[in-house]
Amino acid sequence: MTLRLDVTSDSMKLDVPSDLGMVGDAVELVATHLPPGTLSPRRISFNLRTALAEALGNAIRYGTGEDPRRTVRVRVELGSEFVRIHVIDDGAGFDHRRLPDPTHPENVAREFGRGLFVIRNLVDDVEFNEKGNGICLTLRAG
Amino acid sequence: MRFTLKKDKSGVVVVGVEGQLIVGNRQELKQKVLDALEEGSRKFIIDFSKTGYIDSSGLGVLVSLSKKIREQGGELRLAGLNADLQTLFELTKLDTLFAITRTAEEALAAF
Repeated sequence: MTLRLDVTSDSMKLDVPSDLGMVGDAVELVATHLPPGTLSPRRISFNLRTALAEALGNAIRYGTGEDPRRTVRVRVELGSEFVRIHVIDDGAGFDHRRLPDPTHPENVAREFGRGLFVIRNLVDDVEFNEKGNGICLTLRAG
Repeated sequence: MRFTLKKDKSGVVVVGVEGQLIVGNRQELKQKVLDALEEGSRKFIIDFSKTGYIDSSGLGVLVSLSKKIREQGGELRLAGLNADLQTLFELTKLDTLFAITRTAEEALAAF
């Protein structure tokens, strides 16, 4: 399977098959096509890559059930002062307000449950659509 | 992305993670370490000095491996985290679960 990234001066568009093995390639494709200047290389290398991998992994695993016939949509808005990434699946959505705190002593040694916590700590703003099957990550300039 | 396993003369297995440790490749790392555990190795170091980023699935597999290694009387140590990865471990409080050293050599010396 190959990925195709559509790029304009102010946007990028990528449809990712629901296959966890595609996450790394999809992240690299987006990260390496960001125009220079808005985000520092370090934030692209770490914050953006990690947060996008988290969002894609969640969408593929929980939203589309790792069914490679389904796709996860990635849409990127490129502003002079921000990069905004939308990751949308066609699943039933989830309630992001009902997730346990992974840093609570009872939860620290658990294998799962850190994804959204990690995202929130790496980007400037996180929003969900009403259905809960779309997440929007904003990284401001710097 | 590549995982390398080397066993030093004292029997410590040093696992190098080149690139990223994420949802798409964590099973490969897990299987390699479990195979070494099955073959009798008990002391492990995962060296992240060539690692760009780790997602929560990657963190989760480290937690899982650490448990399995401890159950067999062994130990997993982590080394080579850059400043961003170190911060990630601190934010998630995983720095309290693992022995973390600056370099793999320091981890080796501490075994």
